[in-house]
This record gives sequence, C-alpha cells and structure tokens, in this order.
Amino acid sequence: MSKLIRMDASGHTTLAEWTQEDQAGFDAAVREFRTALDEGCIAVLDQGEGQAEQVRELPRDAGLVIMRRPIAGG
Amino acid sequence: MAAEALAELGAVSWRAPTDERFLRRYARIWLCWTVAYTVPFLAAAIGLMLLEPLSFPVALASLAHAWIIPELYAFRGASVLRPKGPRNEGSEPVAQGLLGDLLGHEPRELQRRTGLAIQRSGMGVWVVGEAGAVLLAPGGRRAHCFCVRVTDRELPPSDRIAHLLLALRTDEQGFATVANHAFCGAPWRVRRRLPVAMRPALDAARAVARGG
Repeated sequence: MSKLIRMDASGHTTLAEWTQEDQAGFDAAVREFRTALDEGCIAVLDQGEGQAEQVRELPRDAGLVIMRRPIAGG
Repeated sequence: MAAEALAELGAVSWRAPTDERFLRRYARIWLCWTVAYTVPFLAAAIGLMLLEPLSFPVALASLAHAWIIPELYAFRGASVLRPKGPRNEGSEPVAQGLLGDLLGHEPRELQRRTGLAIQRSGMGVWVVGEAGAVLLAPGGRRAHCFCVRVTDRELPPSDRIAHLLLALRTDEQGFATVANHAFCGAPWRVRRRLPVAMRPALDAARAVARGG
C-alpha cells in the first residue's frame, strides 16, 4: 500500500492511498498530489539512510510520499 | 540519478553555496572576529592596571566586556535549537510518530528525550531542532549554528523538525545555503548555553563527529 500524506497542523493528514493494481486510487492520489503542489507544498520521498528525494511526479511504486511546506532562513 | 537541488534555493539565488570550503573559511572569519572583539578589552584591562591600579573598576568593566560579548554570541548560537512557537500538544503525538518513522532506533530515542534529531551527513553531523540546526564538522571541534525554519508556524514541534530533516536529507548543501548562519565556535560554548535536557543530543552528535 502506497500513501500520500501532508504534514499539517493536525500532525499529518493522509491525502490518498493506492496499490499497484488500483488505477482509480492512483489517479485520485495524482490529483491530490497536484493540488498540494499548487498550494506550494514540496513532495519528498524519504529513502532512509539519511537520504530523501524531491519528486515532481507521483511515483506509482513509492511507499510513502510526504508533502512538506517550504523552509526559510530564520 | 543526480540529487536535485533544494526547491527553496530559488529564494536565495544570490547566496554562494554553503559547502565545506565555505564553512572552513567562515570558521576562520569567526575566530578572527572573536579575537578582534575580545583582545582589545583584555589589553585595555591589563594596560589600565599597569598604568594606574586605582582604575581597577574600569579594568573590571573592560574584562566583563571581554567575557560577555563572546557569551552573547554563543547564546545566539545555542538559541537556534531552543523550542520555539506554539506547542500544539493535541497534534504533537501524531507528528512525533511520523518523525519517529523517519529516524532510526537510537536517534528516535534521543529525539524523544531531548527534542532534537541527529543526522549524520556528508558535511558532518547535524543536530536538528524546531527552528534551527547545528552542524558539527568532522572531528567535532567546530559547531556551525544555523537559523532555519518551516514557514508554517501552526505545525506541531515534531513536524517542524521533520520538515528540516527532510530538506537536509534532500540537499545538505542547499539546506545550509538557505539557512542563516548564526554562530560558529567551539561546541562547548554552545553546549553550556543549551537547556540541560538538550545537551545529550549535542554530546551524542559530537561523539559521532569525532568518530566515536
């Protein structure tokens, strides 16, 4: 099961879940993904071992895609 | 696949990349700056006492300046790791769970005890807080303190740390470039200004940076 989440004031919200075979679920996830990007979120795929990757398209085979807000110097 | 640059770099396009060479140069500048604002006060205090021992109150004030100014800079450095903003206690457990998933077993336990996350990376070992991070350079003898935060202040504390951690993992050099450099100096100067509960995180990071 793949999951798209957004970190927000509630801790995090699950925007979509899909499986490899679930085309409708994946299409819904892609819509949520694009909406979040349009709202200014940045999509990150945590790869473990201290590595993460920004993604601009939703990977179908991703385990967990996290939408985060931008950071800035304080 | 080449690592993609941090998305936020576009907002600070005028900045030179903060790489290891930049940090070494910055550390030398900070050292010179510390000497420049400390030594004159010390020299003035000694000079005054040699010229006129009765001027010791002025000499004492001069010595106080030589001590207080570096302390204030160190305090500014340590402040990048202090808790900031609303606690959002209702949503913090959920955020804590996600952050825990991003960390390994030992860093997770350390984060729960200290509120700080440790991340080993190419430029050294990072200690990540809610609104800033400290980089311990290899060898653990130099701490670079950075102010950097997520722009959404409504997030619970662990989500703020997770944001910084994910950005750091995406592009370490970009993360350091986006952040504002607040202080550079010996780790012990930062440690003594940290809340006691947070010090084990800095100690652990320093041990890793030393190769321990």
